[in-house]
Amino acid sequence: MAAKRLVYGLYNDEEILLEAVKSANEKHIDIYDVYTPFPIHGLDPLLGLSESRLHIAGFIYGMLGTLTAFLGMTWIFTKDWPIIFGGKPYWAVPSFIPITFELTVLFASIGMVVTFYIINGLGPGVVNTYLDDRITDDKFCIAFDSNSMSDADAEAFFRRTGASEVHDKEL
Amino acid sequence: MSSYVSPIREPLITGSKTYHEITEDLVSPTEKVPSAPWVIGFIISISLLAFGLFCIAWTVWHGIGTWNLNRTVGWGWDITNFVWWIGIGHAGTLISAILLLFRQKWRTGVNRAAEAMTIFAVICAALFPGIHVGRAWVVFYFFPYPNTRGPLWPNFNSPLLWDLFAISTYFTVSLLFWYTGLVPDFATVRDRAKGFRKKIYNFLSFGWTGAAKHWQRWEYLSLVLAGIATPLVLSVHTIVSFDFATSVIPGWHTTIFPPYFVAGAIFSGFAMVLTLMLVTRKVLKLEDYITIAHIESMNKVILVTGTIVGVAYLTELFIAWYSGYVYEQFAFFNRALGPYWWSYFGMMFCNVITPQFFWFKKIRRSLFWTFLLSIVVNIGMWFERFVIIATTLARDYLPSSWSYYSPTWVEIGIFLGTIGLFFTLYLIFTRVAPVVAIAEVKSILKSSGDQYSGKAEPGHHHLHVEEDPNFVSYLKKSSFDFANAKTQTSTTHSSSSQEKKIVDSAVATTVKAAVDKFQKLEGIGPKIDSVLKAAGIQTYVDLSKTSVDRLQDILDNSEGNFAGNSPESWPEQARLAAEGKWDELKDLQDRLDGGKY
Repeated sequence: MAAKRLVYGLYNDEEILLEAVKSANEKHIDIYDVYTPFPIHGLDPLLGLSESRLHIAGFIYGMLGTLTAFLGMTWIFTKDWPIIFGGKPYWAVPSFIPITFELTVLFASIGMVVTFYIINGLGPGVVNTYLDDRITDDKFCIAFDSNSMSDADAEAFFRRTGASEVHDKEL
Repeated sequence: MSSYVSPIREPLITGSKTYHEITEDLVSPTEKVPSAPWVIGFIISISLLAFGLFCIAWTVWHGIGTWNLNRTVGWGWDITNFVWWIGIGHAGTLISAILLLFRQKWRTGVNRAAEAMTIFAVICAALFPGIHVGRAWVVFYFFPYPNTRGPLWPNFNSPLLWDLFAISTYFTVSLLFWYTGLVPDFATVRDRAKGFRKKIYNFLSFGWTGAAKHWQRWEYLSLVLAGIATPLVLSVHTIVSFDFATSVIPGWHTTIFPPYFVAGAIFSGFAMVLTLMLVTRKVLKLEDYITIAHIESMNKVILVTGTIVGVAYLTELFIAWYSGYVYEQFAFFNRALGPYWWSYFGMMFCNVITPQFFWFKKIRRSLFWTFLLSIVVNIGMWFERFVIIATTLARDYLPSSWSYYSPTWVEIGIFLGTIGLFFTLYLIFTRVAPVVAIAEVKSILKSSGDQYSGKAEPGHHHLHVEEDPNFVSYLKKSSFDFANAKTQTSTTHSSSSQEKKIVDSAVATTVKAAVDKFQKLEGIGPKIDSVLKAAGIQTYVDLSKTSVDRLQDILDNSEGNFAGNSPESWPEQARLAAEGKWDELKDLQDRLDGGKY
């Protein structure tokens, strides 16, 4: 991947940042990404981010858990090793419910969390380029790709929208 | 963010914190050398843990015969401790999952520590069934895996196996939920750290950048995990109660057990959260993040769940009598007046009577009483499990098998060991991770910070909002001079008063702190509020200096019908508000009738 250079501005407040993103939208400026210390509500639609489909994945994982548990217990107690417990039928569906429920939850959570880290490109040992150490503290950052926007334009944008600092960094 | 917050809500973050101060306050405990109380606590905890490990080794080496369990009382302190610890864990999930679904903002101050507590409590709990089986080295036989013994499978119809699945799932989901919440905060610690420490936190933070899409997914993930953790936590203690309820022992064989166990679990869990948080907030100086409002909210949960537990105890007694079933009647008669009467009365006193003190607001808001009662509840809930388990078993169907059970030093030692384990893990946690969820607290600052709700202590008055140089440059953006751009952004705190004048209506929301909300005064609604603001009355001080006649004039001369509103008490109310005398203002408002004397 060719080296990418980002020009980024740091803002001191999320409300200033939201106004800046709105201004960029009005002027049809492409924002590379926005980095913030906490989730900013109302930012996603401005950046045109589609709704996350993580919960759909979670549902599928959950169903997988349901089937694994229920079919697994069914196979074990009707085909593999049928035993009568307490006069119950081999296929004692009501007493399979608790474990089926637990495995549904277990599969859904593990699946979703693993998916979350993989699609975000995060995980143990991952080293990313961090634009600024204060983004996880009290700075709110808008970054532009230097290929799609000249430095002068970017700087003018940041000045106009009230950024406190402007920097750039190679990725 | 701009959601409406009722003016009677107390601020959840005090001390007029900025985002940076929040980071500073919450990360610094992990960066400093441990304080003396921490070191002392750690030495005590790890000594208890060491003794516990010795007792476990003793049990494994000599066998379960080192415990005083006998053929009548097959479950004693071990299962009592197991249920007690599992119950304690429940508060963490309640706070982090159920309160997230209910959008309770006070959750953010305590959820991190409460979830950590859940995980540590489940570890302590899981230990007991593991060593109770006797041959701890083959405990993995519990799990269904294709083994060489047939394969021989566990009994999926057994509540004991359901319990295994429930607790392993509960532990895994709690750990994932907790860690995912920690990742952004580990990134905050990473970005302040240097050298080797930075490497460690870079590993722990999984390369978190804070990108918008990541945050969006993070919020989705938290919400969905909360959604599935909620039925999960209810299922866990339900299944624990099945261990008893599906048996045919009088006193255990009752349908009330699942709801009663779940309520009891939340009750004891909140007591443990309070015990821990009261100490933590003191030692780590987190009084601005875990406020009296947080403590009062938790005490209300204790009051509700404690009352549910009390009703459940009485219902059990009533049903035993009403059923006409002599074995059931004897079981409860024996619990209250049999050889273990002291544990029954301990349970009744600690769980039913003492939480009722929390009806009094003074006690709910008192640190001393909260701490004392939280310990009492912890003890009471231990007694409850002991009553259910040992007392019931000691009096069998067959009087010839009746026996009495008291623990050996080994059993007591293992219990002390789990307390040591719990506090050792908790103390390490306070050194390694931010005890309060930094990102989540920041996200509620604008809605629940005291400076934004106009309830800041005098002397803090919204300074950083107005004096922020970038804020000023933002205000000036409409008349921005490109030629001077460089100097503009390097402006420091030299902003002149003229620059502070607010011209741009788009930023009115940002500076709402500089204008007081008159709706907090009785007799003033949003409409009158805007009428007064339009007439130039912006703050409580302005309003307190305006005469009643002048206010009446303003009302008469504005659009709308305010015939039913009388401004006679407004200046006095405003004076109290301006001086920060909220209690007096509340007294006055109680006497007022729609703002009239």
